[in-house]
Formats: sequence, C-alpha cells, structure tokens
Amino acid sequence: MKMDIVASLEAITRVRGVRGAMIVSSEEGLVVAESSMEGIDGAAVAALTAGVLARLTRATEAAGRTAPAFVHLRAEGGGLMAVPAQGDLLVVAVTDPEVNVGLVRLEMRRAAEHVA
Amino acid sequence: MDWEDAVSTEDIRVLTSQLAADPSSLVFLPLGEALRRRGQLDAAEKVAIAGLTRYPELADAHDLLARILGDQGDLERAFDEWDIALRLDSGHAGAHKGIGFLYYVAGELPQALEHLELALAADPGAEGVAAAVARVREALALPGSAGSAAAPVAPVEEVVPPAEAGAAEVRRAVFEGLEGAQDGLLLLDAQGLRVGGGLSSPDGTAVGDAVAAHLAGVFRDAERAARLLSLGPWSSVAAETSDANLFLCAPTTESLLLLVRDSSVPIGRLALQAERASEAARRWLEGAA
Repeated sequence: MKMDIVASLEAITRVRGVRGAMIVSSEEGLVVAESSMEGIDGAAVAALTAGVLARLTRATEAAGRTAPAFVHLRAEGGGLMAVPAQGDLLVVAVTDPEVNVGLVRLEMRRAAEHVA
Repeated sequence: MDWEDAVSTEDIRVLTSQLAADPSSLVFLPLGEALRRRGQLDAAEKVAIAGLTRYPELADAHDLLARILGDQGDLERAFDEWDIALRLDSGHAGAHKGIGFLYYVAGELPQALEHLELALAADPGAEGVAAAVARVREALALPGSAGSAAAPVAPVEEVVPPAEAGAAEVRRAVFEGLEGAQDGLLLLDAQGLRVGGGLSSPDGTAVGDAVAAHLAGVFRDAERAARLLSLGPWSSVAAETSDANLFLCAPTTESLLLLVRDSSVPIGRLALQAERASEAARRWLEGAA
C-alpha cells in the first residue's frame, strides 16, 4: 500500500515541471507521504492547501454546487494543485509555471485512487 | 476621518507597551481591536488568542476574536466564538450583532432579525444596528421573502431598501455585455462584500452574497501560499467540481472576480472569459473611484 502511494507520487514528479508531490491530511495539516519536496516546507504547504480547499468547498456549497475535485492555484513563478482523496487526505503538487496541467492532474487523480 | 486612520502606529505602540508591562491586563482588547481595524489580522488574532488563554470566560474576548475571524473570512469559527460569547453573556450586544449579520448573509432573516433586535436592545444608541433592523424587517414584510432557514436565500434585490435600488442597478451594470453578466460573474472586495455581478445556485436561488463572504478568505490564503512557496504574485485559482467549473482572479489588488460555468466549459475558456471580465471590472472600478 505504502509503496503504491510512493510510486504514485513519483509518477507525478516525473512529469516535467513538477517540483514535488505529497499526500497530506487536511484536518491535521500533516504530511503523510512525499516525493521530491526538497526545499519546500511540506507542513506549511499542507496547512495552506488544506485551508484553500476548505474555503473553496464552503464557497461551492454556498453556491449549491458539489465540493471541488481539483484545484489549481496559479502564480507568476509556478503553481500549486490539489486533488481530494479518501477521507481528509489530499494529493498536492507544486509545479513550475510551464507544466502540462492536464498530465499532472491525471497522475494526481491516479494517486488519489491509490490512496482510496 | 475613518477610525482606521485614527488608530496610529503610536497608539498601537503604547497599547503594546502597556500589555508587555502587565500581561494580565485587559488592554489586549483595545490592542486587538486596533490591530484588526488597521488590517493587521494575524497580529490581532495572536493578541486575542493570548488574551483568551488568560480570560477564557470573558465574552468581550470571544467577541474580539470573532470579529477578527470574520475579517479573515472564517465565518464558521466566527459564529462559534460569538456563540460562546452569548453563552457567557446572553445580552452581549456585539455577539448578537455579529450572529445577526451571519444569519443575514445566510439568508435566514427571522434569526437575523431576532439577534439584531437583541443587539439593539442592549445598545439602543447603535445607529448601524437600528438601520440593519429596519432593513431586515422591511425584507421580511415583502411578499415572497425567504422567512426561514429551509427557504431559499432572498435575492439581494429583496433586501435592498428602495434608496439603494440604484446601487443594485449599478452592480448589474459592471459586466454589461459579457456572458453571465447577471448570473455567473461575481466581483467582490477583499472584505468579502459583493461589489458587482450576481450568482445563482442551480435551483435559481441568489447566492452571490453568501459565496462572496466565503471567498474573501481564499484571497488571503492564495496570497500566503504563493508567498510561502516563493511563487511570486498569484494570478488565478481554478476549481473543478462535478457540476461546475470555477475561476478566480484579482482584477485589482483589492478585488476578486469569480466566474462560474457549467462543468462542460473547459477551464481554459473560463480563463479567457475571466480576462475579459477583469478588464471590464477594472474599468468600472476606476470609473467608480
């Protein structure tokens, strides 16, 4: 199981432009597993990503919509993506600005399925 | 002069010194409020939480933390803190006012009126609360207004007094000529207040004000995340749900634009539409300034 998750995260980080990937607990803001996250504060990424997703979920619920299945924060120097997995777990990726978003999303969804 | 302007750095320095000299004093209350009004929300929250650790049963301290959380867009925790304040002091004007506002935003007008009237009874001189009571009473008197938690949120036009009807027209005009100008495009300020546009849920209920209130926190979280990861200024947040795609961006440093479309519309197209809407918003905001 753990090897499956690690392999799934490595599949995400193999996509060109992905700096790192991790699985975090959104309720506790803790890193459960990670791949290639050198130089990135995993705990802070976990807490912030969980925060953004929680707020977006409240907003989409207020709009009468379902919870987000994929979130992409885009910035000048890169991006942050999140896909909810089982329970309170999230698959998170940090990327460069020029990255194949569709491919990263696909691998993140596969990782989320592995977690489930 | 605004209160915010009146709170000087010197005032905060003096209050901070007083608190440092006597950490058990109640000076954390005016200090937290001063920091909140200056928009220094993280610092204000720390002061309020430190005060609460010493005075966990002080209703004013819970009221202070609730107002800070409200400014941060965390309305659920704000509600919880005001709820605690009322358990400690059932007549607390600030807590009744805060909870009344949250019920109003959620479209639960009878509960909003109940709390606002209690706030007014506790502080009869509060003109803003008196105006809010009159406004909600008027909305409840209108035929077809929400009236209960189970009913749909009242469309904003129903709760806007006649004197503000012109403002509602202006709100609709922001995105005039664009797809979804009245439903699917929302312009809000950094405090989570709807400035223009509108949004309906799939059943036709107007949800713009409630969604705007939740999104103010996203604005700040996006800034923090981008800063922490050294990603530079953030430009957009895209979210996909099973029945809709959402796109958020900031036309100006003090505003946020939300675009909502059916899930069949690809995010890339949303980005293009958001770009055009941002242009329109910037022009409108410059004209309104």
